[in-house]
Amino acid sequence: MPEIKVTPLGAGQDVGRSCILVSIAGKNVMLDCGMHMGYNDDRRFPDFSYITQNGRLTDFLDCVIISHFHLDHCGALPYFSEMVGYDGPIYMTHPTKAICPILLEDYRKITVDKKGETNFFTSQMIKDCMKKVVAVHLHQTVQVDEELEIKAYYAGHVLGAAMFQIKVGCESVVYTGDYNMTPDRHLGAAWIDKCRPDLLITESTYATTIRDSKRCRERDFLKKVHETVERGGKVLIPVFALGRAQELCILLETFWERMNLKAPIYFSTGLTEKANHYYKLFITWTNQKIRKTFVQRNMFEFKHIKAFDRAFADNPGPMVVFATPGMLHAGQSLQIFRKWAGNEKNMVIMPGYCVQGTVGHKILSGQRKLEMEGRQILEVKMQVEYMSFSAHADAKGIMQLIRQAEPRNVLLVHGEAKKMEFLKQKIEQEFHVSCYMPANGETTTILTNPSIPVDISLGLLKRETAIGLLPDAKKPKLMHGTLIMKDNSFRLVSPEQALKELGLAEHQLRFTCRVHIQDPRKEHETVLRVYNHLKGQVFPFWGGGVLKDYSVQHLPDGSITVESILIQATAHSEDQGTKVLLVSWTYQDEELGSYLTALLKKGLPASTS
Amino acid sequence: MAAHLKKRVYEEFTKVVQQQHEDPSAKKLRLTKPSKSAALHVDLCKATSPADALQYLLQFARKPVEVESVEGVVRILLEHYYKENDASVRLKIASLLGLLSKTAGFSPDCIMDDAINTLQNEKSHQVLAQLLDTLLVIGTKLTENPSVRMRLVEVACKHLTDSSHGVRNKCLQLIGCLGPVEKGVAKEAESQAAKDVQKIIGDHFNDQDPRVRTAAIKAMLQLHERGLKLQQAIYSQACKLLADDYEQVRSAAVQLIWVLSQLYPESIVPIPSSNEEIRLVDDAFGKICHMVSDGSWVVRVQAAKLLGSMQQVSSHFLEQTLDKKLMSDLRRKRTAHERAKELYSSGEFSSGRKWGDDAPKEEIDTGAVNLIESGACGAFVHGLEDEMYEVRIAAVEALCMLAQSSPSFAEKCLDFLVDMFNDEIEEVRLQSIHTMRKISNNITLREDQLDTVLAVLEDSSRDIREALHELLCCTNVSTKEGIHLALVELLKNLTKYPTDRESIWKCLKFLGSRHPTLVLPLVPELLSTHPFFDTPEPDMDDPAYIAVLVLIFNAAKSCPTMPALFSDHTFRHYAYLRDSLSHLVPPLRLPGRKLLSSPVSPSITPHEDPSQQFLHQSLERVYNLQHLDPQGVQELLEFTIRDLQRLGELQSELAGMADFTATYLQCQLLLIKALQEKLWNVAAPLYLKQNALASAAAKQILEETYKMEFMYSGVESRQVVIIHHMRLQAKALQLIVTARTTRGVEPLFGMCEKFLQEVDSFQRCFISELPHMQGSFVDKLLDLMPRLVTSKPSEVVKILQTTLRQSTFLHLPLPEQLHRATANIIEPTGESDNPLRFTSGLVVALDVDATLEHVQDPQGTVKVQVLYPDGQAQIIHPKPADFRNPGPGRHRLITQVYLSHTAWTEPCQIEVRLLLAYNSNRSKASAKIPKSSWSESLEALPQPENGIEGTIPFSKAVKVYIMPKPARR
Repeated sequence: MPEIKVTPLGAGQDVGRSCILVSIAGKNVMLDCGMHMGYNDDRRFPDFSYITQNGRLTDFLDCVIISHFHLDHCGALPYFSEMVGYDGPIYMTHPTKAICPILLEDYRKITVDKKGETNFFTSQMIKDCMKKVVAVHLHQTVQVDEELEIKAYYAGHVLGAAMFQIKVGCESVVYTGDYNMTPDRHLGAAWIDKCRPDLLITESTYATTIRDSKRCRERDFLKKVHETVERGGKVLIPVFALGRAQELCILLETFWERMNLKAPIYFSTGLTEKANHYYKLFITWTNQKIRKTFVQRNMFEFKHIKAFDRAFADNPGPMVVFATPGMLHAGQSLQIFRKWAGNEKNMVIMPGYCVQGTVGHKILSGQRKLEMEGRQILEVKMQVEYMSFSAHADAKGIMQLIRQAEPRNVLLVHGEAKKMEFLKQKIEQEFHVSCYMPANGETTTILTNPSIPVDISLGLLKRETAIGLLPDAKKPKLMHGTLIMKDNSFRLVSPEQALKELGLAEHQLRFTCRVHIQDPRKEHETVLRVYNHLKGQVFPFWGGGVLKDYSVQHLPDGSITVESILIQATAHSEDQGTKVLLVSWTYQDEELGSYLTALLKKGLPASTS
Repeated sequence: MAAHLKKRVYEEFTKVVQQQHEDPSAKKLRLTKPSKSAALHVDLCKATSPADALQYLLQFARKPVEVESVEGVVRILLEHYYKENDASVRLKIASLLGLLSKTAGFSPDCIMDDAINTLQNEKSHQVLAQLLDTLLVIGTKLTENPSVRMRLVEVACKHLTDSSHGVRNKCLQLIGCLGPVEKGVAKEAESQAAKDVQKIIGDHFNDQDPRVRTAAIKAMLQLHERGLKLQQAIYSQACKLLADDYEQVRSAAVQLIWVLSQLYPESIVPIPSSNEEIRLVDDAFGKICHMVSDGSWVVRVQAAKLLGSMQQVSSHFLEQTLDKKLMSDLRRKRTAHERAKELYSSGEFSSGRKWGDDAPKEEIDTGAVNLIESGACGAFVHGLEDEMYEVRIAAVEALCMLAQSSPSFAEKCLDFLVDMFNDEIEEVRLQSIHTMRKISNNITLREDQLDTVLAVLEDSSRDIREALHELLCCTNVSTKEGIHLALVELLKNLTKYPTDRESIWKCLKFLGSRHPTLVLPLVPELLSTHPFFDTPEPDMDDPAYIAVLVLIFNAAKSCPTMPALFSDHTFRHYAYLRDSLSHLVPPLRLPGRKLLSSPVSPSITPHEDPSQQFLHQSLERVYNLQHLDPQGVQELLEFTIRDLQRLGELQSELAGMADFTATYLQCQLLLIKALQEKLWNVAAPLYLKQNALASAAAKQILEETYKMEFMYSGVESRQVVIIHHMRLQAKALQLIVTARTTRGVEPLFGMCEKFLQEVDSFQRCFISELPHMQGSFVDKLLDLMPRLVTSKPSEVVKILQTTLRQSTFLHLPLPEQLHRATANIIEPTGESDNPLRFTSGLVVALDVDATLEHVQDPQGTVKVQVLYPDGQAQIIHPKPADFRNPGPGRHRLITQVYLSHTAWTEPCQIEVRLLLAYNSNRSKASAKIPKSSWSESLEALPQPENGIEGTIPFSKAVKVYIMPKPARR
């Protein structure tokens, strides 16, 4: 039985460090190659020694696929390709290829320049790594080699995020990466066709959550900002550079446009400007509204949002500022926060989750007095708001995707074990498919039942379909033909053609059988009795789907034919009371022939005529 | 090659010329007919290769074929069909057969047998499909004949086993269009093949080809449309099709399920995997709801649309569509809506949100959570959040329809609709505002909801704001704070967008009259009166102050205690506003003041309405007194016209009627006056100058008749006759005047002939009405017709003159409803003293905003005219999208007009006005005539008054000050 093996090196019952090994029909594919935010030691990267202890990884992997540009999905890539050593193809979508190196470079800078780590990948390594990348388009089928093909589907989540279908022959796996089933202000919803993969590997971040409508959240957010600005206050929105930041920008930009507001909106520079540039370029990856209106105006060319300068923070009057980083733990956002915290007219809106220990977490949990470095006490008078804008599918979304794709098996990754349990149980219960949730390093084996395609010659197909009614896709159908297995391909041809191809002469195979019947009468009378008996029979055979009326004929030379089966009666040479019935049939009519013999062996009914 | 092409060009060119020569005369056409089919025959015989033959056929197909020669052509085509070996040529012939049998007036039963015969030996699937298509055309032309239909259906059934999807497709289509619908007939003519069409079609629901499956469902729907009652057994089959791999199939299946749910709403179906049973309509509703989260957006739109029309669904199912149980970490969470409601009911509105405010509360039993409900759960929540705005709009529409029929559902869906006010696409926002307005009598807005609604008032789109004003006009507000909030927001809106003035005032008018008791406690605050001190008198011209007063006065109408709170200047302002803005300020019963206009008691129905009676009486008077001396008639007409015009001003509902009759009488008056002229008695050369009045009168009458015909909605054919008759008289007058004033006979010949043609066409158009016109001009004229045709122009003129004088005055019957088309340009206002400056040679866009009332088909008829000071006039056709339809009979034109001119030295005014374009071909009279009689009678004569097009100005001209500057070099 063929099988698919899946081993998560990261993201198995965990969030972060996504890296999943899949071997399918002899091909080995690595899905994502991420880093873990929570660790600073070796554990931050997946353990590639699992694949091989020594030697280059290229020999063991056919390709690597990166689903999107978040570091927990691509952060280990330069390490993997340059330091461990991999020269094979790396597949990602065009936007991911564009934005990924910016983030990697940023990550490298923070780790090496700020934290002073050595033995980390260099800028050159990032460049070299990106040279190995092959960019793919949505819905484009890419042949990795002769048998392995991959195809990308839209996933929402962030710009360029994709789900990948990996297909070898008839076996296929779909890996979702991170995805979002509800559209937001700048991206559409994930979509996949009914591809019926053998295995669907799906993220399950929100396995136990069903979210509220995003409209309420958006409205609340806009209302808060609007009110504060009208009051003359300043709004600080700490964000991560990519993804949510753009969504919020679009949201505010359109709102400003709609409501004719004049207060300035600033965006602290840095990564963002470069990234915004790519957002402008990849309009086709955004949602319906942006795609439709970009002819008039590219929505990412913000009219109201300008670059931020340090000096602006002291300007009087209302303003809205987006600043990095998102958890208020350092950098510009923290500086601005310290300036504005004292005024109760101002407001800070935290659009995402904050790790414990950061300023963001402290103020969210209600602390009003913060101890800054140098024993300074900062009193927070400004309003603190929390707005969650997350772009993962919730439990309903995951179920919806499963319903769309109709997989035969489901495997959960990228989530917490406890939550996965719940979802697993639900999936099994509602779709009646088996569901797996391996931990890191644990291998799951899935047996597949691949269908094997066989080429059938047109002549044979037409001949066979002509016999019965129309072929019905749902019902199996019996047909006669010869299966030729040659050069790794299967062909179904008519017997004559097979003989011709093999250069063999045709032999007829006939079965004959003698049945003894006690009947004192004359031979022709016996024949007549047999004829009448058979005539009255209903044959329980299905020819081409319908019960056929077999023609039973009494020939003048004293024999009976049932279709092509011949029955003759002769008197026994020794015992005249015993008649010998000779039944003869070709092997094609084996079924009918053996039925007839069995029937005759039971004997004739006592006396018919 | 080039030479060949050139030759072909010439060929075609000469052909066209020939046609032009032949067309006017029917006789010649007939001569060419046999040659045409013969030509085809020759062409086809000449054709050496299939490609050639195809070319000939293509050329042939470009020209129409006359009814008489269709059959001959068909025979020739069929003959070639049998001979032809090439499938593509046969295909073309088959399609031509279909085209030919569509020819109007041709009955294709004679070619049906041949068409069916051709099917027998055909091998090519494509040709077969095309032939079946032809049969379908033939069948649809012969729907009256059941035996033909039977036969065709039998043929179709025979070919259903074909291996090509195209053929099966067409067969199913044919069965769907022609299959027997009436049960009784079907049984009578029961033959072996045409058994149960439903079963035959149903068998193909499982066809292997998705296109055939779709065709099968469509055929079933077609049968339903034709009136066959579908069997309930199909329901389970259709349900299976909902899970089909192909979107067309799913989309069609959704429709089929919807049809069945409407047919058998109350029957009971079992729920699979349980023992329960539910009503079919509920089950279908659940299934369609499920399709709202389908993978294909086409299906989602389809499903969302259909949901709206399933009104029999039970309420708990309906309410589930808005339900989405939230959870977080397996704990139950409340939705933002629920929280808002709770906050509101606990009296602590708009508290700041804290982190964890939405923290989940109780644990959920893991077993009880159903992630993919088979029911209707959350269908609308999903639909409204969909990625494609088409789906969202469909969902909003469906919500609207369901809410209109169920008040409790309306209450529940309110939160969701309010949310949609913040959609990113303007169309969706607009749609949801309109929806809200439609269901507004079922709902009362909570304060927090009102808050969200009002936030949209700041939208920069004018459509949105105005839609919102309309919404507020008919909203119920629950508290006085709500009213105050609305007022404050509206005033904010007013300062931000001063152009919204009218709309905001109107909105406040309704808001006031709907909530008098809520406004009462706010009055002192709004008027800023103080119990002890006199406050300064507010500025009367301030639009905001007027807005407040409009609210208060309208509330005061049904709240007699309110005027006691007014201060002196308020009363003064009331008197001023009552005069200047009478449509916004109602009459009030103020202490110490008499009501200025006596209120019309509403109990009087229009029939006993004295003003209506007056109208009829005065008309009677005019019609009865036609034999008075001319002087008296003239005076009476003048008085009546004056009366009617005044009546129209006073009684707005009778304005159309009064204006219409007044115009008619005016025409009559002009005619009488013109005939009274002395000029008729003087010798010809002397009155060259004096004819001015008569010819001017004729011209004016013509203009007025066009106005009467095209500017009023509700004009019936009875009136059209009279109008045309009047026009004919005017033309006669014109002819007489011209005859008298021009020397020489030559031009008269043409004019006389034209006039006689017009008389003739009048007779043909209104033949049915002629008996009602005893003694009229036309009546007499028709009696004299034989004489007129043979006599000389001078005699004709004489006859006309006497007839015109002797003819009686026709009674103008009045239709039930008559409205005059009016237009009012709101913008530009024409008040600005600042000229619009632009560089000459470039363009400047001028915003034009106008309301149109009682205009039929404004997209086609309303034009904008710009008149420059140098007399240059420019007519602009606004885009169809510039017209909005805010209510029945009302239209709004918001468009931009581009102006340009050469440089001027001084700023100067241009005039902008709206025109109503008309085309006499479109007149109601000619549309009425059945086609056949048209073409018969037309053979001798060219079409009468071939499309006289013209325009009627129907709005006041607005002056705009502009200044094209010379370009700087």
